[in-house]
Amino acid sequence: MSLHPGKSPTPTKGGGDASRARPPDRPLMVRVRELSLSYGPRKALDSLSLEIGEGELFALLGPNGSGKSTLLRILATLLLPGGGLAEVAGLNVVTQSAAARRRLGVVFQFPSLDVKLTVSENLRFQGYLYGLSGKSLATRSEELLTRFGLADRCSERVETLSGGLKRRVELAKSLLHRPGLLLLDEPSTGLDLAARQSFWNILTELMAEGGLTVVLATHLMDEADRCGMVALLDEGKLVDMDTPTRLKHSLGDTVITIEAPHPESLAAPVAERCGVQPTIENGKLRLTRSPDPSLAHRLLEWFPGKITSVQLGPPTLEDVFLARTGRPIGNTDSQPEGGEPPGIPRADDVNSGKETGR
Amino acid sequence: MMAADPSTGLRGRWLLPIWSLFAREVLRFVRQRNRVIGSLGTPILFWLVLGSGFGRTMRLSGGPGETEYMAYFFPGTIMLMVLFTAIFSSMSVIQERGEGFLQGVVVAPVPRLAIVLGKVFGGTALGVAQGVLMLALAPLAGLPLSVEGFFAAAAAIFLTSLGMSALGFMMAWRMDSVQGFHAVMNLLLMPMWLLSGALFPAAGASLWVRAVMTANPLTYGMTALRAALSPEAMSGGAGITGGTVMDNPVVALGVIAAFALLTLALSGWLVSRPEQR
Repeated sequence: MSLHPGKSPTPTKGGGDASRARPPDRPLMVRVRELSLSYGPRKALDSLSLEIGEGELFALLGPNGSGKSTLLRILATLLLPGGGLAEVAGLNVVTQSAAARRRLGVVFQFPSLDVKLTVSENLRFQGYLYGLSGKSLATRSEELLTRFGLADRCSERVETLSGGLKRRVELAKSLLHRPGLLLLDEPSTGLDLAARQSFWNILTELMAEGGLTVVLATHLMDEADRCGMVALLDEGKLVDMDTPTRLKHSLGDTVITIEAPHPESLAAPVAERCGVQPTIENGKLRLTRSPDPSLAHRLLEWFPGKITSVQLGPPTLEDVFLARTGRPIGNTDSQPEGGEPPGIPRADDVNSGKETGR
Repeated sequence: MMAADPSTGLRGRWLLPIWSLFAREVLRFVRQRNRVIGSLGTPILFWLVLGSGFGRTMRLSGGPGETEYMAYFFPGTIMLMVLFTAIFSSMSVIQERGEGFLQGVVVAPVPRLAIVLGKVFGGTALGVAQGVLMLALAPLAGLPLSVEGFFAAAAAIFLTSLGMSALGFMMAWRMDSVQGFHAVMNLLLMPMWLLSGALFPAAGASLWVRAVMTANPLTYGMTALRAALSPEAMSGGAGITGGTVMDNPVVALGVIAAFALLTLALSGWLVSRPEQR
């Protein structure tokens, strides 16, 4: 195995082919073609194209300002694109927005519940908006509330609920009218671990039943990891798109993570010794693209006292994002001093063949 | 299992969504006790303090006399209440649109005008309820209320409330902070009230103030309300022009109704314009 992964052929081929990983027989739920939107000189979306099949659990993964929320807002008919096409269930979100809205459920990043109303009242008023009323509305609300474990809280005011329960009410509310497409904007924001877990359990269950497509915008790796497909977005462009497993395997099977008191000063010597440029993520040095596993203990011998620990493990989506864009997903606006993070070439080799705007 | 789409037809497409927004607005209000106290209490306090203060210290030429000032200021107090309610309702538009209930409303297949109507009717209902409650105090202000007078006053309150709520909605829709709305409130809405004849009649004012008052839609709501509460005050020069057709309460009602329709239509237009950012 080569110790020079930068020069080795990459397992992923051409990041930009939107339809690559989708089974051809599956009908489309979302179609986005060369979608663009500029805020002044800044391009929030830069000729973005992608397709999402029915029944998929699809993550838009990227840092703040990568365009994921903008895309979600366009799909939700809240924002007009500057150019290009966006369709939900075959309906153009600009020219057929009312029809598209009937197929859409949205869970916003910020709560959309009225905290002065009870759980049931929130659902009832939501139902009215979709023309639901009377018995069918009551039955449907009850069904969802029972399902999400909220039945005994239905006459409580939302302001008395915990964050996790609120999010479940939010989800129930968005599903009331049986949408085909559910858009989730940063669904885990502000939730503790347990609440996040239970939210995901519900979501996984819903997906298993079929009939629902979910598109979620997130900057959290573990959230994207749970999805069937992940689109990596950066600066309004599609960087890559595939299943999380394949994305990660594109960097090989193993990653060596080096914890050190002074990772920056260690980067150059490590590169020299190993022949692989390490990246720095969250204060740790990482060697990606299948470095020789035996390097792990040799590193400890080479740099005695300068390394706290060395770990061998599979690559993460964070590694993938960093490899494709040259930037970590966490802090985009504030790059580490010196501009480019050390060691990582602008990875055009992995991300070629994609048409990028004008 | 797609049955007939419920979000079509007059009921599903218009009435239920309007009801949803309307009923929620009212329910919210009654559940926030400090809001009830604030919006009922403030104008009454204004009436007592300003009314007795002004009545003692100021003599308005061609205006009401010392003892009658409390009576003169009374309809102005009702209008202040109506205005406060409209302002509260507009501020909630800003808050709920960014982070709140309205987010869910705008992605629902609801005609955009229905959003305006639901929200504005909600604010109007609150304004009318409080205004009418306040009418019950009219005899205390020395304004005996006849049955016709009550209905005429209620009509004036309703139309003014509708117009001001819609105006507030229009201003608030595109705003992203409540702080920004304070400017609108201080530079537009409060001056509209100050120069509506609520505090002093147009008759004794300088020419430019009179011009502003004549152009102010709230003046007409004020005139119609005052005419309903004390018809004799109108003949005493408390109207806008001091005796021309503009002081006719029916004309005044017509003007304020037209204003309400205009602001509703503009709001509907504004909401249906898709956002560029």
